[in-house]
Amino acid sequence: MKVELKDIYKYFGPVQANDGVMLCVESGSLHGLLGENGAGKSTLMKVLSGFLSPDKGKIFIDGIPVSFTSPVQAMALGIGMLHQDPLDFPALSVIDNFLLGEPGRFRVDRHRTRRKLVELAAQFDFKFDPDVFVSNLSIGERQQLEIVRLIWRGVSLLILDEPTTAISAQQKDKLFAALRKLTEQGKTILFVSHKLEEVKELCNRVAVLAHGKVTGECEMPCPTEKLVEMMFGQAIIVGKPSTVPLGKTVLDLSNLTLNDWRLEVQDFSLEVRSGEIIGLAGLEGSGQQLVLKACAGLIRPKAGRIRIDHQDMTGQSYRAYLKAGVTYMTAGRLEEGLVAGMTLIEHHALIEHHPSFWVNWTLAEEIAVQRIQEFNIKGHPATPVEELSGGNQQRTLLSLLPSQSRILLMEHPTRGLDLESTESIWELLLNRARKGTAILFTSSELDELLNRSHRVLVFFSGRIRVLETNQVNGVQLGESIGGKGFES
Amino acid sequence: MNHNTVRFGTSTTEWVLRCLAVLVAFVLSAMLLLVAGASPLDAFALIFSGAFGSSAKLAYVMTAWAPVLLCSAGLLVTFAAGLWNIGIEGQVVMGAVFATGVMQALQNSLPPAFVLLLAALAGFFGGALWGMFAGGLKLYGNVNEIFGGLGLNFIAGSLTVYLVLGPWKRPGIGSTSGTEPFPPSLWLPAFKGFHVSPIEVLMGLIAIVLIALVLRGTYVGLQLKAIGKNQRSAFLMGIPMSQRMLFAFALCGGLAGLAGWVLVAGTSARHNLFPLISSGYGFLAILVVLLANLSALWSVPISFFFAAIVMGSLQLALQRQLDSSLGGVIQGMLVLSILMTQGIKSRLLRQKGK
Amino acid sequence: MDLSILIASILAASPPILFAVLGETITEKAGVINLSLDGSILLTAMIGFVVALRTNSVIAGFIAGMIVGALIASIIAFMSLTLHQPQVATGFVLTLLCRDLAYVLGNPYAHVPGPLVPYTPIPWLADLPIVGTILFDQNPIVYLSLLAIIGVWAYLFKTQLGLKLQGLGERPAAAFVRGIHVIRMRYIYTLIGGALVGMGGASFSLMVKPGWARPYGIEGTGWIALAIVIFGGWKPIRAAIGAYFFVSLQTAVNILQSLMPNVPTQLFPALPFPLMILTLLLVTMGNTEWMNRFLNLFPEKIQQLLVRTLKTLQTSPPAALGTIFKKE
Repeated sequence: MKVELKDIYKYFGPVQANDGVMLCVESGSLHGLLGENGAGKSTLMKVLSGFLSPDKGKIFIDGIPVSFTSPVQAMALGIGMLHQDPLDFPALSVIDNFLLGEPGRFRVDRHRTRRKLVELAAQFDFKFDPDVFVSNLSIGERQQLEIVRLIWRGVSLLILDEPTTAISAQQKDKLFAALRKLTEQGKTILFVSHKLEEVKELCNRVAVLAHGKVTGECEMPCPTEKLVEMMFGQAIIVGKPSTVPLGKTVLDLSNLTLNDWRLEVQDFSLEVRSGEIIGLAGLEGSGQQLVLKACAGLIRPKAGRIRIDHQDMTGQSYRAYLKAGVTYMTAGRLEEGLVAGMTLIEHHALIEHHPSFWVNWTLAEEIAVQRIQEFNIKGHPATPVEELSGGNQQRTLLSLLPSQSRILLMEHPTRGLDLESTESIWELLLNRARKGTAILFTSSELDELLNRSHRVLVFFSGRIRVLETNQVNGVQLGESIGGKGFES
Repeated sequence: MNHNTVRFGTSTTEWVLRCLAVLVAFVLSAMLLLVAGASPLDAFALIFSGAFGSSAKLAYVMTAWAPVLLCSAGLLVTFAAGLWNIGIEGQVVMGAVFATGVMQALQNSLPPAFVLLLAALAGFFGGALWGMFAGGLKLYGNVNEIFGGLGLNFIAGSLTVYLVLGPWKRPGIGSTSGTEPFPPSLWLPAFKGFHVSPIEVLMGLIAIVLIALVLRGTYVGLQLKAIGKNQRSAFLMGIPMSQRMLFAFALCGGLAGLAGWVLVAGTSARHNLFPLISSGYGFLAILVVLLANLSALWSVPISFFFAAIVMGSLQLALQRQLDSSLGGVIQGMLVLSILMTQGIKSRLLRQKGK
Repeated sequence: MDLSILIASILAASPPILFAVLGETITEKAGVINLSLDGSILLTAMIGFVVALRTNSVIAGFIAGMIVGALIASIIAFMSLTLHQPQVATGFVLTLLCRDLAYVLGNPYAHVPGPLVPYTPIPWLADLPIVGTILFDQNPIVYLSLLAIIGVWAYLFKTQLGLKLQGLGERPAAAFVRGIHVIRMRYIYTLIGGALVGMGGASFSLMVKPGWARPYGIEGTGWIALAIVIFGGWKPIRAAIGAYFFVSLQTAVNILQSLMPNVPTQLFPALPFPLMILTLLLVTMGNTEWMNRFLNLFPEKIQQLLVRTLKTLQTSPPAALGTIFKKE
């Protein structure tokens, strides 16, 4: 099935998630779609799979224009999607997950379907126990189940969204073999990923999405440099390490093993000195957030030790870490950082470090006014934070940071901010670093990573490479983010 | 479960909507009365006169007002923190139980003023304890506070029945009409001619004022508000979640316990402990606070209004063979109406936003 | 006391709670909480009785009860699914409102004798020893209640629609992708659940506790039903077991009462209710962190045994219970 996207536009208010996307996926091809977070990948996938309707533009299947307004309609046309977190039912069994939604049937015949399931699975060398609950399967197995189910439902274009994020190497090989077999059967595959090496391994054609547009296409084999250029842009960035002088070790991570439902960071060790600025690079969900959360005391390491100023903090509560001088700033502004429904004054009153019984509103207002000026926040002290724009919410979050911490952990500190604000924010952060704060921050901007840090940690599927900033340039960093140097 | 209630602002459209809601509630109640075979105007008039018809009746309203005020004050705290303290009825009962216990133990050994004071403290303590049980069940037992509170309500009720028929039973008789009534020396002093104790009403009003101050002016109050609006952010800011939520439960329970003490020692009381002494005042306070949209200011007149409806509708049973629960119907319709208009308003806002 | 007669009497007293529990299980499986049960049961009991009295038809009474139950549920559905108001608030207000409505409208009918569900033993089958007395020597409502348990179970686990219902409350996003109209189905199931609750209410006034009075005497049962749904793990068979267990407790308490005439009667009816917290505690506390740490203290073998027993007892709600479904 040949699918063409012509001039797809999708806006979310002022944000142009898809800005005139042109894409053509030939029948029976293994087409890759590369792009960073924020490039518009997920929006495009949602449009293609029926979750969203494009504001402008048309979709053609085998030359015929089609329109659909729901995933079910898309599926009826043959377009199916495998999500990163497969949309299945963890509380139900494998066989029930397989069955649910089978059209045209009233009674459920597990016996007959069981055979079908095993048969289909065997075609791709997958193995399922039909009676196990899906919550007990690994992500890889859940993906396999969903693929088999989509095939059973008659999918012709299978879209896979970052499928290899949380699966083992063997499962990956199985998946790729299955995908190749599917194309042999005439199905079309759209493989969305940020992992350069895998895209190179699997796909016969690659398109790159950046800033809401397709910035380039390439027939495989294609040199990695070209792909990186298309993804990250031509900027020749050379690493410029931070000049803040370093002091004694404040944070000592030894043999840390962390995991969440998706991946595992294993045996990671790091020593951070006071004044040091470390950038954490890598695509979303590669492990950076895990490490930051562990350093903040929000998750317990499965193994290893965390020491702050030579004090063993492993396993202690979040509040203990706060007392030890760790400050954690999340990426989710309204979900996790700010309190919607409260004003700026109220926020500043809340973070008062040595509060008296009665709230000193005049003081809080003064501080709020000060911070609004300092951080250039477009809003009044009495504005509820949910009414601020995204960028201003970010500035508010930053303004709420305590004036001095031992360790500052930040997720995407300058996301959504313009150049000028980014500069002034970093001025402030550098000031703190000079006074001895150690800073660990995640970012998706290559220049921010290469111009502000002493070292850069690159995360890829839970594995970590430590790069000295003065020894790496933009291209190398981009490649690293895409997976180069991690094969083993 | 999402417990938070959306708040209104104060623009004109909202006032219009609110008045509309009140009107709808009354119209529906009137229609109901017609179905029940009574004249709506007659019934409403009866309720009104039953509440305000004479100074004696007005006094009754004010004595009913006091426990509702106290409970409302407490609920403002738990609602601020996003908690549904359904266990408030049990907290009122336990307050009454503790107060009765102290009064029985000390009635002959200390001057009455002291006994009453200690009983009030005991009532507060008993209610606070019961509140903390509900909180503890939620925080450490993973039992939803609604069911924990309900279960504790039942337990408090059973305990009362046991006490009234067992260790504390009236000499000789032992019935569910309650324990041996306390002598007038242990009654809260009332005005001559106007059968209301200034103490109980003042207590209620002071409670509301204090709670409003705590919620708006203290650090703890601000933290509770943050917890109610976004638990995750509150946690990340370093607010001690369990401590604060237990505090909210304890404070609400304590105020409810005070209401229990008022129900035993106050002027409207039968001056003894009996099953169902809480009389549904706790749940009534939940309705009051919902209708007042969590505003301390509005809780005062609304609780008065609801107390008036409660007292006034007693007349319905006495004079018209209508069940006094009609008052409850009116109250319920009002709250439902307001919730509905609130929802319609935010729905319209959402449509516009798209 | 003949054991089969005892069990038969438990079965005979169970339909009201059974219907209510099954109905609420369906509603919550779809992801909606109908907290108004305590009030709904009272109101539907009263309306069922009054309609049956006026029309001299028990069937009409039951239908009326079901309609009213569905109406109440529709208010909850509307407030929560369309207006996005918190389900707990609406449900709580409705609990009080329906109870008060029942008292007001039912006032003229208190202590009035009315029609009852007729005793209809199934010929020949009722004469079987033990099984006959228990299962076939009852009235149509009891038979219906037994069929309802099987029916709900079969629907949930043997039909596509039932499977979709399970998916609905579990993960509406995934259900949506598979073609299920989330909001529409939630409305429908809330109404069906409400109708079943209405059936339960009518079963009280037309069978188990004939007539009407104020107070009616079953106040609090709705809350118990809600707790049984949790205890039942949102599964019909287990919920039915919970319902039978509760009714057995009530029966046991009655027997106890007659054996202990010295203890005042009012003490007994209250007894089964506090047990609710304990059972709830038992089935939910296994999920807490401190419990996990507590269990880690035990040696491996014992720990495994404890974990397994706890796990079978534990229940967790449909993951999307009470949440709002947004398409994007």
